[in-house]
Amino acid sequence: MASEEMEQLVRREYKQGFVTDIESDTVPPGLDESTIAFISQKKGEPQWMLEWRLEAYYQWLKMTPPSWAHLEYPPIDYQAISYFSAPKKPEDRPQSLDEVDPKLLETYEKLGIPLHERAALAGVAVDAVFDSVSVTTTFKEKLHEAGVIFCSISEAIREYPELVRQYLGTVVPQADNYFAALNSAVFTDGSFVYVPEGVKCPMELSTYFRINAANTGQFERTLIICDKQAQVSYLEGCTAPMRDENQLHAAVVELVALEDAYIKYSTVQNWYPGDEDGKGGIYNFVTKRGDCRGDRSRISWTQVETGSAITWKYPSCMLRGKESIGEFYSVAVTNGRQQADTGTKMIHIGENTRSTIVAKGIAAGRSDQAYRGLVKIGPRAKGARNYTQCDSLLIGDRCGAHTFPYQEIGNSTATVEHEATTSKIADDQLFYCRARGIDEEDAVSMIVNGFCKDVFQELPMEFAVEAEALLNVTLEGSVG
Amino acid sequence: MSAPERFLERLTQRRADDPSWVAARRQAGAARFEAMGFPTRRDEAWKYTDVRRIAEGDFALATDATFDGAHFEAQRLDIDAYRLVLVDGLFSAELSELEGLPDGVQVEALSQAVSANHEAVGGALGRLAGVDFSPFTALNTAFADEGAIVRLAPGVVVDKPIYVLLLSRAGGQAVMSHPRVLIEAGARSEATVIEHYSGEPEAANFTNVVTEVLLDRGAIINHYKLQEAALTDLHVASIHVDQSRDSRFNSYNLNLGGALVRTDLVTDLNGEGAEAAYNGLFFVQGRQHVDNHTLVNHNSPRTFSNENYKGVLDDRAHGVFNGKVFVKQDAQQIEAYQNNANLLLSDRAEIDTKPELVIYADDVKCSHGATTGQLDEDAVYALRSRGIDEPMARALLTLAFVGEVMDKVRLNVIAERVERAVAGRLPERFNLADLVETAEAIQEA
Repeated sequence: MASEEMEQLVRREYKQGFVTDIESDTVPPGLDESTIAFISQKKGEPQWMLEWRLEAYYQWLKMTPPSWAHLEYPPIDYQAISYFSAPKKPEDRPQSLDEVDPKLLETYEKLGIPLHERAALAGVAVDAVFDSVSVTTTFKEKLHEAGVIFCSISEAIREYPELVRQYLGTVVPQADNYFAALNSAVFTDGSFVYVPEGVKCPMELSTYFRINAANTGQFERTLIICDKQAQVSYLEGCTAPMRDENQLHAAVVELVALEDAYIKYSTVQNWYPGDEDGKGGIYNFVTKRGDCRGDRSRISWTQVETGSAITWKYPSCMLRGKESIGEFYSVAVTNGRQQADTGTKMIHIGENTRSTIVAKGIAAGRSDQAYRGLVKIGPRAKGARNYTQCDSLLIGDRCGAHTFPYQEIGNSTATVEHEATTSKIADDQLFYCRARGIDEEDAVSMIVNGFCKDVFQELPMEFAVEAEALLNVTLEGSVG
Repeated sequence: MSAPERFLERLTQRRADDPSWVAARRQAGAARFEAMGFPTRRDEAWKYTDVRRIAEGDFALATDATFDGAHFEAQRLDIDAYRLVLVDGLFSAELSELEGLPDGVQVEALSQAVSANHEAVGGALGRLAGVDFSPFTALNTAFADEGAIVRLAPGVVVDKPIYVLLLSRAGGQAVMSHPRVLIEAGARSEATVIEHYSGEPEAANFTNVVTEVLLDRGAIINHYKLQEAALTDLHVASIHVDQSRDSRFNSYNLNLGGALVRTDLVTDLNGEGAEAAYNGLFFVQGRQHVDNHTLVNHNSPRTFSNENYKGVLDDRAHGVFNGKVFVKQDAQQIEAYQNNANLLLSDRAEIDTKPELVIYADDVKCSHGATTGQLDEDAVYALRSRGIDEPMARALLTLAFVGEVMDKVRLNVIAERVERAVAGRLPERFNLADLVETAEAIQEA
């Protein structure tokens, strides 16, 4: 492979690195009870919510950051982070796209996501989170007709306190882990979805997150509840501007699927990965968990992880209902100095539960990537089945790819299979393509896309297109 | 008094006439063990194995090496070999048979080797198994004063297997032993070494063994570890292997006995062309707990490893497999394969398996697989439709499941013993002994 070309491409700059200059209403850095009270008050939350946050905060104080992941980063100073940042004048939010700050729209333009067009063309309702406050929500009426609630979590706390109170923290408890506890204490925004019994959500729901102001951590909290026989497909995508200091992102996503419900959660994550020395990228410590509470319920996670300096993320499924299904499809691409420790947990509790894990890792440059997964079959999970496949592709001889799959099996009627391979792009594959007049870069891109196909085909159509494009852009920088 | 202190107190029973380097290492081992203490389930490497049964035990040191003759005949492998026997960690000259060793082959008790020429032992001993490896290697280092030394001069191919038999006695005060096995294979030498752990039924002792194997260029070592300890015995072992260029290490780690068993097997492939094959089997039932941790370090380019571990678990047995393949940066053109398959025969048996890959080079072919399941009902049906009753069909399929590993075993006496044990230890209704005998008769005819 032409190594000079490769070098050149490796040194490409982050294409989506730019900063939108919008005044933010930011609290001074630091975290104590008063910060939490400030956030809670700013959001107009009821007393129980503040108490819930404080409970989490006191738990967090007693905890220590996890050190078991295959990651290296300097200790984070949690007092140096500003925990709230909202675009100015949250009270007079724009009611339609026309009222949206043109600069924000410009930002979306630069990202290649023309919000209004996209929303109209794809029939997607977009709850765009710009920094920490939902700026605009479209297609709300249509959803309202169907009885689907899709709003920011802050709004949900105010408008549907009973629903929120019933489900919040029941999948990811406040003290689940260090980052989840932090999030529970200080979360500022995120999405809330409730699909009532028997309703198939008429459109795919989508939120584009974007971290903007310097030094503000983003703490999203997403809660999706799918009632009996309901269905929803939720899309989450992210990009971030270029920054010098590490930004902390500690989100929590909770999914609840009741009887016969189906939740499909897709993510494309493309946050700033840092410069070529790994400086300045996003720290992405996310807790995502789905609870298949009802019989025959199904939760499907699909993720394309291309960004962030550090990714620590294990979307999981608790398969409690009989015959419930958990799925995890993941493509993780790391380049430069990126580090990713990602995977899933499938906890089989109910009878005849099934899970499928397909994880594809591509490591390039000097990056380090690990798949870490747990498949646990409880003693009562009769007839449980799991199939796991995790493959790694190494591009370059300075990167690392690792797999740490845990299997804990306590039932003889369970069938658990795990396969993993690690290899590089074979020279004969490249040669085959080149012999047919396909240049090297296209050939590599084709091979890699083929490698990821099992996962991409799980993505919703418009997302799959975006994911492929994203992958090509990322690979452009790593191979000849 | 803490558990480590209680264990170390027994050190005072030891002879005080060690050469200075031995005394220094003993102290280092004791200090390290005291500092580390026994591992707990919070330690990642011990996540699934609780060693409190060891830590809370009271183990003396054996004072003599007498062993019941009839028992000995029943336990030992019927094999033409150079035999070295330890009883509860003490050398038994009476039971050993080391006459007629060829030139260039040294097989000796550690105590003899140390008193004859301690400097010759000191260099190699402990080179691979440092006191930091685990609390148990540190504990072994503190106590070890007996074991087996095997040395092969360059080019020597040993005509018969070298058979180290470690016996454990029942009755009276429970004892602990900390044997040390050192195998140094000179360039292009070749030998088969058997470590066989057995003993009287009801023995409830604690064996903590450390084995070090050094292979010079082109050496070949077939290493059998047949662990048939009593179902009440506690057994912790670590095997450390260092391989030079073009050497080959074949490991056969066969576990049938023991109440609590932990084996660490670590190989460093340090020269191009070095190759390691790990074959493992564990067949456990009752409340047995068997933990196998394996690690292959591919430190050099063009090194190869192939690992296959099979587990059969019945009743409330608990099995653990943790296999790790590490590929160092710039160690290109590696091939590493790893497989772990487990068969659960009971609802209450548990298996925790973790096949790990840690890879820092790109031109590699690495794969691992882990499966857990039950017998294929279609296969059971196929056999039944041919007139074989269900228990027999299941037993045959279980034997076939372990067959993939057992086929690699080149010493028939061991293969037969394991197969008989597997067949015999299947529940009563699975009684297969006759069948195995018939099969053997057919083979011989």
